[in-house]
Amino acid sequence: MLKKLIAIALLAGLAACSQGNKPASTVSGAGATFPAPVYLKWAEGYKGESKVSVNYNSVGSGAGVKQLLAKTVDFGASDKPMKPEDLEKNGLYQFPTVMGGVVPVVNIAGIHPGQLKLTGALLGDIFLGKITKWNDPAIVALNPGVNLPGTAITVVHRSDGSGTSFLFTTYLAAENAEWSSKVGASDAVNWPLGLGGKGNDGVAAFVKQTEGSIGYVEYAYAKKNGTAFVLLQNKAGQFPAPGADSFAAAAASADWANAPGNYILLLDQPGEQAWPITGATFILVYKDQKTAAKGTAVLQYFDWAYQNGDASAAELDYVPMPAAVKTMVRAQWSQVTSEGKPVYTSTNK
Amino acid sequence: MSVTRPAVSTDQTPVRRDVVDPIFRYVAFFAATLLLAVLGGLIVALLIGGWPALAKFGPSFFFSTTWDPVREVFGAAGPIVGTVVSSFLALAMALPIALGIAIFLTQFCPRAIAQPIAVMTELLAGIPSIVYGMWGLFVFAPWFAKHIQTPLSALGGIFAGVPNGANIFTASVILAVMILPYMAAVFRELFRSIPPQVREAAFGMGATPFEAVTRVLVPYVQKGLVGAVMLGFGRALGETMAVTFIIGNSHAFPTSLFSSSSTLASTIANEFGEASGMHASALIALGLVLFLITFAVLAVARWLLSTQRY
Repeated sequence: MLKKLIAIALLAGLAACSQGNKPASTVSGAGATFPAPVYLKWAEGYKGESKVSVNYNSVGSGAGVKQLLAKTVDFGASDKPMKPEDLEKNGLYQFPTVMGGVVPVVNIAGIHPGQLKLTGALLGDIFLGKITKWNDPAIVALNPGVNLPGTAITVVHRSDGSGTSFLFTTYLAAENAEWSSKVGASDAVNWPLGLGGKGNDGVAAFVKQTEGSIGYVEYAYAKKNGTAFVLLQNKAGQFPAPGADSFAAAAASADWANAPGNYILLLDQPGEQAWPITGATFILVYKDQKTAAKGTAVLQYFDWAYQNGDASAAELDYVPMPAAVKTMVRAQWSQVTSEGKPVYTSTNK
Repeated sequence: MSVTRPAVSTDQTPVRRDVVDPIFRYVAFFAATLLLAVLGGLIVALLIGGWPALAKFGPSFFFSTTWDPVREVFGAAGPIVGTVVSSFLALAMALPIALGIAIFLTQFCPRAIAQPIAVMTELLAGIPSIVYGMWGLFVFAPWFAKHIQTPLSALGGIFAGVPNGANIFTASVILAVMILPYMAAVFRELFRSIPPQVREAAFGMGATPFEAVTRVLVPYVQKGLVGAVMLGFGRALGETMAVTFIIGNSHAFPTSLFSSSSTLASTIANEFGEASGMHASALIALGLVLFLITFAVLAVARWLLSTQRY
């Protein structure tokens, strides 16, 4: 009798195991502040359907990666993709979730939003302090018919270390050789001149208050009424307007297939309509998950987000990844395993 | 009569007292030493965290103005000078006003309005730092830029700078408003501690109110006043959020009253979230520097206050 009961219990246990890939009831993540609002919104929606709660702490990209390496969280989030060799070294895998764009904004008397055109090289010269007046011949040559005043240029940058600065300085370093050799690219750099505002709010406030100033903010802040955003020349020589379409065009024209570890910066992509300072934000997880249930829950959460999260992302001014990229990422999820078995089995196409 | 008794009612059970008292003593001892242990741990943690940067850059960490996270070259002269200058300016602005408030409240003010003024001054201390920062950035800085800085900046020299209100001077004004309530409150207590006979004696000698205050009362609490000033200075040194919003956050050495600058605390607040490696170590070393400066200032303040007998 007793033996029988044990056998039944074992069988039941086996059955439960073979069903497998049951998600854990809570998972936690930490990292980038930029996508935090959309991750929280998705977590809300996902919890409603799956009863799995996702806790996300927006502590900053650097701190998020640190916490993942210390294994205090189940996933990390970073605005700065990790280099393939570092992924390899730490046994990590990363994938993009949403995109955003960085937009230069100006405050020049008589200049309307989208009226001023600049190139990356000129932008670099301005931020290096080599171009000091708005009616500099180089700017005038690019903007025929625009009445540019002789106001002195004031540069405004981010004072806090941020993914926005990382994208912006990386773009300048790629476009302007002197910027690359003198300043370089990082979350925080040794700015040659100008003043620093804290957060996008701080930069926007200083630009608004300072006649003749130029700064850079995330797209959501540039979109606000009346903010004079600047058009930038992209690789194809075009001047697309910043927005969801031109960010998506950048992601679509990027060469994802040849980017090991999804290490890709969407800067200066070749598409006709591609906005030159576009960036994706990334999720990092261990390739070898200690607890299968945790890994399953994390991937199912982002699977749900890919499937159902585009509307809420767009509402919060993020740009969803193009469908082709999502399909590619879902296929890559089989790399995430626990005891040799993939923790995620595709339920969607 | 019996109303005053309950306060010592535990004395009625002498048996328990033997048990309770030693435990109580240990609990109190533990509470007192816990804070010391935390303080010690903090210093050790700052030293360990900041050591890589201090060891790599040596004395140049304190004298170099290069702060380059990309090349990992760090010198703290800009933030150190920004911290000391902004705090000193704040003190220079707050001191006369705080002194005026305290003298008025204790010497000349009718009782009926002394209390409301005192309460309102202290309410200023209850406003969160970030509110001052937001107000400074969105209200005070634009006003200052338009009406004061723009006309003055034409003069150049110490008034040179981008006229947008984000500079070391506006940061000092905000700081002054923030340290004012603390200084005014301590000043007020000091003047109150003066025995009434001293004041009466001064007036008895035929002193005018001005003479009584400047020649008798202020010298009487001189050391205490200096101590209170140092306490205000210590608070201004470590103030973070409000300053971060308005000082302009430039690591360069400030060259004029209206140039953007940074402080030790604002640099840490700005960059720590995304820092790693040598950058993080340099920021922790900044914390250590700030700790040492504040500690020195407060130690002097305590010493001066303790030599003053009330």
